[in-house]
Amino acid sequence: MKKILNDPKNVLDEMLNGFVYANEGLVKRLEGTGVIYRTFKDEGKVGLVSGGGSGHEPSHAGFVGQGMLSAAVCGEVFTSPTPDQIVEAIKIADQGAGVLLIVKNYTGDVMNFEMAQEMAEMENIQVEKLIVDDDIAVEDSTFTAGRRGIAGTVLVHKILGAAAASGLSLKEIKELGDQLVPNIKTIGVSISPATVPEVGKPGFQLAEDEMEYGVGIHGEPGYRREKIKTSKEIAKELVTQLKKAFNWKKGDHYAVLVNGLGATPLMEQFVFMNDVHALLKEEELVIDYKKVGSFMTSIDMAGVSLTLVKLADDTWTHYLKLPVKTPAWV
Amino acid sequence: MLTTENTVKWLILFAGKVNEQKVYLSELDSAIGDGDHGTNMARGTKDMEEKLKEEEYATVQDVFKKASMSLLSKIGGASGPLYGSALMAMAKQAGKDEKDIAAILKAGLEGIQKRGKAVPGEKTMVDVWVPVIEALECGNLTKETIQEAVNQTKDMKATKGRASYLGERSIGHLDPGAVSSGYFFEAMLERGILND
Repeated sequence: MKKILNDPKNVLDEMLNGFVYANEGLVKRLEGTGVIYRTFKDEGKVGLVSGGGSGHEPSHAGFVGQGMLSAAVCGEVFTSPTPDQIVEAIKIADQGAGVLLIVKNYTGDVMNFEMAQEMAEMENIQVEKLIVDDDIAVEDSTFTAGRRGIAGTVLVHKILGAAAASGLSLKEIKELGDQLVPNIKTIGVSISPATVPEVGKPGFQLAEDEMEYGVGIHGEPGYRREKIKTSKEIAKELVTQLKKAFNWKKGDHYAVLVNGLGATPLMEQFVFMNDVHALLKEEELVIDYKKVGSFMTSIDMAGVSLTLVKLADDTWTHYLKLPVKTPAWV
Repeated sequence: MLTTENTVKWLILFAGKVNEQKVYLSELDSAIGDGDHGTNMARGTKDMEEKLKEEEYATVQDVFKKASMSLLSKIGGASGPLYGSALMAMAKQAGKDEKDIAAILKAGLEGIQKRGKAVPGEKTMVDVWVPVIEALECGNLTKETIQEAVNQTKDMKATKGRASYLGERSIGHLDPGAVSSGYFFEAMLERGILND
């Protein structure tokens, strides 16, 4: 393992301190916790809290700020944060109008956020929970824990953050979220695995010339392994999977997010976006919003994910485009 | 019968076993999960051990409550809420009746199932808790019963938790949560809780 680190045990604490220092004025850390909250107070508005294990930077703390998240709870690397910390985040996010929890669909995250919700409700804070499960690489069946939450979650933060800033009620934001989530779908490809600092070796093995479609952001197994292909061919596979899942028609409106998984440079991400653009043009889709960058990463995993949002409602596009002030989203 | 003294000893022995087997537990988890069960459980049980040693307890309920809060706030992942919920439910039941160990463990199992929604046969810790409680009620709980319960998770296909994404490929591996639960019950037997 070759990384710029000190004792791997202290990685979370040291990272958060560095993050807060670098974004002074925008965010603060609740002392003794992994909770990052915004200095901006939106009184009377609904608060949004997201979070999960660390190792997905800039998710989730990078999206804390005006127009997006009120607070993010950062757990240990790839490990859900604990209920006591989530409760602290809820308390600081609550500006009198209640709090929405945005949770990626993993067994641990769901349980910890659920417990925190129960605890906060006992203290008379109104809390709703939205589970994001955008990864179409996994079958959604009663025989698995269901589809996982990945890069599409960032767009949930953006759209619902704008809705909260616009003054929607907790009930309205929860309803919006419920409509939005089924219209967000993501699929990715990994060309090399991630190494958790405390573990010290890669979470899985891929040969030098291999890649795997559908790998999760914690290295969960994907749906197919093959020899590495060109960006064009990878784009074709991912767009084909998304087309199957959405069943779109010519002229449908979509948003596109190309997301780097950590070790893939922007150069490759833009090359990939160029190929995605060509394919979506062929499909005659109307792309109202697009974005490229590493937003939901998996430490040093190399690869990309492709997220499409079916823009079923014009206000969603409007919310996507509203300006924000956060460390990682511009 | 449970006393504050033997309950503390039981939980500390459990922490010892988990810390000893930390690497093994993480290895088991690497095969079918995300490889952190050992690290997470070790962090949580170590904190629990420290907290339990800090003060004297008036009731068994207090011991379980303290342990529960510690596990809940230090383990993280899915194991934190599951072990935390188990001990919290055990604390509640111990408040009603300190003597009936089977009833206390049953309450713990209910706590786990309420949180994790797992039923027997899904390759989870539930597959150890259920047969252990059954054996205890029949008066024939031994180290072998516990081992057997843990080992039978090997042939099961996971349908809950992260291992469920592997489907058939999860067969042939022990469930790490079942193994750590095995330590929990072995510690209980070794501390002679049932003979006290």
